[in-house]
Amino acid sequence: MSVFIIRRLLQSVVVIWVMSLLVFGGVYLIGDPIDMLINPEADQEDIDAAIRALGLDKPITEQYWFFLINAVKGDLGSSFIFNEPALQLILARMPATMELAFAALFLSIVLGIPLGMWAGLHPNSLSGRSIMTGSILGFSLPSFWVGIMFIMFFAVVLGVLPSGGRGETTEFLGLQVSFLSWKGLSYILLPAINLALFKLSLVIRLSRAGTQEVIHQDYIKFARAKGISEKRVILVHVLKNIMIPVVTILGLEFGSVIAFAVVTETVFAWPGMGKLIIESIDQLDRPVIVAYLMIIVFMFIVINLVVDILYSVLDPRVRLQDVKA
Amino acid sequence: MRKTFSALVAGAALLIAAGASAQEIRIGIAQEPSSIDPHYHNLGPNNGFLSHIYERLIQQDSKQRLKPALAVSWKPISETVWEFKLRKGVKWHDGSPFTADDVVFTAERAVNVPNSPSSFGTYLKGKTFKKIDDYTVHVSTPNPYPLMATEMSTILIISKKAAEGAQTKDFNLGKAAIGTGPYKFVKWQKGDIVEFARNDDYWGGKPKWGRVILKPISSAPTRVAAMLAGDVDMIDGVPTADIETLKKNSKVKLSQGISNRVIYLHMDQNRDKSPFVTDKDGNPMDKNPLKDVRVRKAISMMINRPAIVERVMEGVAIPAGQLVSKTFFGHTPNLNPEKHDPAAAKKLLKEAGWGGGFGLTIHGPNNRYINDAKICEAIAQMLTRGGIPTKVVTMPKNVYFKRASRGGPDKSPEFSFILVGWGSGTGEASSPLKSLLTTYDKSKGHGASNRGRHSNPKMDALVVKALATVDDEKRRALLQSATEVGIGEDQGIIPLHYQVNTWATRPGLRYDARTDERTLAMDIQIVK
Repeated sequence: MSVFIIRRLLQSVVVIWVMSLLVFGGVYLIGDPIDMLINPEADQEDIDAAIRALGLDKPITEQYWFFLINAVKGDLGSSFIFNEPALQLILARMPATMELAFAALFLSIVLGIPLGMWAGLHPNSLSGRSIMTGSILGFSLPSFWVGIMFIMFFAVVLGVLPSGGRGETTEFLGLQVSFLSWKGLSYILLPAINLALFKLSLVIRLSRAGTQEVIHQDYIKFARAKGISEKRVILVHVLKNIMIPVVTILGLEFGSVIAFAVVTETVFAWPGMGKLIIESIDQLDRPVIVAYLMIIVFMFIVINLVVDILYSVLDPRVRLQDVKA
Repeated sequence: MRKTFSALVAGAALLIAAGASAQEIRIGIAQEPSSIDPHYHNLGPNNGFLSHIYERLIQQDSKQRLKPALAVSWKPISETVWEFKLRKGVKWHDGSPFTADDVVFTAERAVNVPNSPSSFGTYLKGKTFKKIDDYTVHVSTPNPYPLMATEMSTILIISKKAAEGAQTKDFNLGKAAIGTGPYKFVKWQKGDIVEFARNDDYWGGKPKWGRVILKPISSAPTRVAAMLAGDVDMIDGVPTADIETLKKNSKVKLSQGISNRVIYLHMDQNRDKSPFVTDKDGNPMDKNPLKDVRVRKAISMMINRPAIVERVMEGVAIPAGQLVSKTFFGHTPNLNPEKHDPAAAKKLLKEAGWGGGFGLTIHGPNNRYINDAKICEAIAQMLTRGGIPTKVVTMPKNVYFKRASRGGPDKSPEFSFILVGWGSGTGEASSPLKSLLTTYDKSKGHGASNRGRHSNPKMDALVVKALATVDDEKRRALLQSATEVGIGEDQGIIPLHYQVNTWATRPGLRYDARTDERTLAMDIQIVK
């Protein structure tokens, strides 16, 4: 297993390098940061000076080489806009995004699996059908629209929840978190639900399909024949067996939860990485864009690795080895 | 008895209201500052929000008129030397006194900030600062320099004691963020909150608010929702589409005012073969009709400015006939917005030999100015109706501006006919005239944003002369005639309208709409 992990990490270095090349080339093609950064009253001489100050006068190959050397040392460049290391800037915003993503993940699991199983066990009941219809809505409504509707309804019309932002945070293990106080929870609730909606629907569908498949298997019939209580049949035998697809998908989707957080964070003014990347793209803050995308790639690699390891725990038939594809 | 009681209740309510309102003000802002270092980035939001902490020698009031701040008076004492008398008894937030040393230190530091993406060197180059005594500073320039006071109204003064050797980071963390302004810096959590606290020792009297909280909310619908939900007391950048609905809402009061930003069109007056000027069928041509002043005038006449203001801008804009509006220095009374006159336009086109029409493409940004893409579409329709079939291409600002400035061969402007805006940060006409209409010349620093490459030696000479004329009245006349030549005679650019900015506040507050688009707690008035 350790050989497997080491191999995977080595591969990831190559993936990250290729990614840096693509991203660096990509951001170089769109626009020029100087036009976003410079004051319009600057004359040509000032513009040239700013271009030099940011190192944009050098050819792209040289800029990339410079970037690569520093990246190996752990320095992904400094933000043009904030004049702070890009990595530090992103990491400072990461806890907010992670908290939101985990809250969304948590919601989709604790709500999605029971609802999905219920719908799978009672496919023809009114409740079962309502759950499935609801999940279609979760899939198909665009998340920025749902977000704005949430704000309009809960913050403006009812006035029970704040309209956005993160509010006061409490310190937990050296990080600033929202979930430890009621006030903080009230701020995270709407964005977390907004972000969770899509995943929730996905988990509901997966659990339902899994349940309906598993429930007709011989070992369930056998368990029932043995006289095992229905509760135990469902909570142990069924639940365990529907978990594999759910874990796979949630694992893969966790990365996209963070990516989708861009929309939710913008709508709810949540001070996370997503809001930062959108603003950085808007202002062409190249170092931040590059660093962000590299961090995301790294995160996807780690998540996939964790999913693979979780598999082997959940399903003893799976052995960790390199699949030559 | 009952009367006394109700009077008491009313009085108590008033007290509570006044007490609560004067404590804390929360403002939802569209764009966050990028630094607490006042010299790191010469950028609208920074120059605005940092005015809570730091002050300038001369400040611009809400109409961008120059008013004494840290300097009590200023005057030229010779052709090339200006004298600034500093205010006595001003204290920095750390308690130390403000003196001429701080001014000299600021001038040295502001041009030398490492990695600055937009330096204040623009306003400081060529100026030498000299301390005469603790409260007198002389600034000398190689040549007579009329814009001295205007340019000094852009530089925020920092404390020598607190900021010597400080990096941008030290400002962001608050260590060096010591100013003389009405509010002290408390904290900045990027993307989340900027907080200021009242400076009780402020020389200009006790500031209104105990705490000022700025919340960056970049998404416009969310900003409006935050206002409606009462999570903030004020927002800036109210989208024009929401203005009508908000007007009817009793929970919200709107404050509006004209901005210093003019929206205008540049036309390629340089190349004979302009890439986006075609014949009627879309084939390239060897001749560029935009070089003919009659054609440019005809285009201007085809544009129905009141209709754009009414329909596209929802009434929230003012038709423009020049670069700066009435209250600004250098505005000429002789130029009015061109009247919509399709018949006369047609006649002019015919006279110019283009009666058969030609094809154009208008390029514009779609996320920079208020309703920018919609304005482009409206103009294209008007020109098409007038016999110049016009296509519309709009793109995000981060792609647009590079291409519009130097996307073509040899770093020439890529497009032929574009929509842009210009905000007069200095509050007078010389800066837009110099940047947009003088002949493009890198060595002189002229025409830096002249994307249509208008060129007329007569106008250049007027601008150059104005920039060397210290006498205000003479300079005003020169700027007026330069505008009359560049826009009136030459149609060098086509002004469309001045933007009007809208702020929303909760009832009981009013914002003195600033022409420079800044959102400042100092300009919020409590109304009964």
